[in-house]
Amino acid sequence: MSSYTFPVESGQILLFARSVGYPDSAYADPSAGAPPTFVQSGAQYDPDYPLRPTPGEPWLGSGKTPSGAKPPEGGGGLHGEQHYVYHRPVRVGDVLTATTTPGKSWEKSGRRGGKMVFEEIVTEFRDAAGELVVTARAVRVIPSQVVESPAADAAAAR
Amino acid sequence: MSARQIAVGDTVETVLTEDLTRTQIVMYAGASGDYNPLHTDDLYAREGAGYPGVFAHGMLTMGLTGKAVTDFVGDGELLRYGVRFRSQVWPGDRLTSTLTVTDVKEEDGRAVVELEVVTVNGDGVQVVSGYAAAALS
Repeated sequence: MSSYTFPVESGQILLFARSVGYPDSAYADPSAGAPPTFVQSGAQYDPDYPLRPTPGEPWLGSGKTPSGAKPPEGGGGLHGEQHYVYHRPVRVGDVLTATTTPGKSWEKSGRRGGKMVFEEIVTEFRDAAGELVVTARAVRVIPSQVVESPAADAAAAR
Repeated sequence: MSARQIAVGDTVETVLTEDLTRTQIVMYAGASGDYNPLHTDDLYAREGAGYPGVFAHGMLTMGLTGKAVTDFVGDGELLRYGVRFRSQVWPGDRLTSTLTVTDVKEEDGRAVVELEVVTVNGDGVQVVSGYAAAALS
């Protein structure tokens, strides 16, 4: 289980809304809430988020060489599904606490004979009063053998 | 949107983008905080990870599709939204989402519309598929 605090700010909502195709007017009113997938930007406030470069540390992406580091712990999977339940709208001024816990895990046989492991990751976003605001459930898919196109997309599923 | 204007089987088609740009992907990386270089660093994507090039975050496609959902829901309150990521989205892709009303019902004293949500690329291949539900105002 990991936990971090996520203050909901109007500037972050504007930038996020632009990034998923909204005009600036869409969420200009502070009472308008936030785009449906906005809580993904909680990653910005997660001190341990693995898909963000850390000063002085090797980084996965290119510099002098095509890659400067190995994929983060738990990489090698794909973001298979993402689900949200909205208990109430997210509002500017909310200070959310995001708590991530592992959910169910199951296996299926892949088409090329390997096993696929499916893992749920559940993140609850609660307000300062402890009330649930959003429940996010990601499913990541981890092939048990190397596939043609490995990816380190799974950390984004948190 | 009010319940009496909506019937099971209604569909709404929305073009999300005619030509997904690498810059839009960079915007999503910056705003979401997901800096996985698979999505923004072509050299890494090709030579470090063995892909033909950068591709969109699945969550960018879900986010763009979410705008089609909130445009439909209007002043209503979104209750649930979920998708399965079915195929990768590449720079230059045209993305179109189709929302289909699958149910209109009472839930906790409110009229709730259930939607099937599908987004396809320019070849008609599903890139995400899922559902949404909203309470109508």
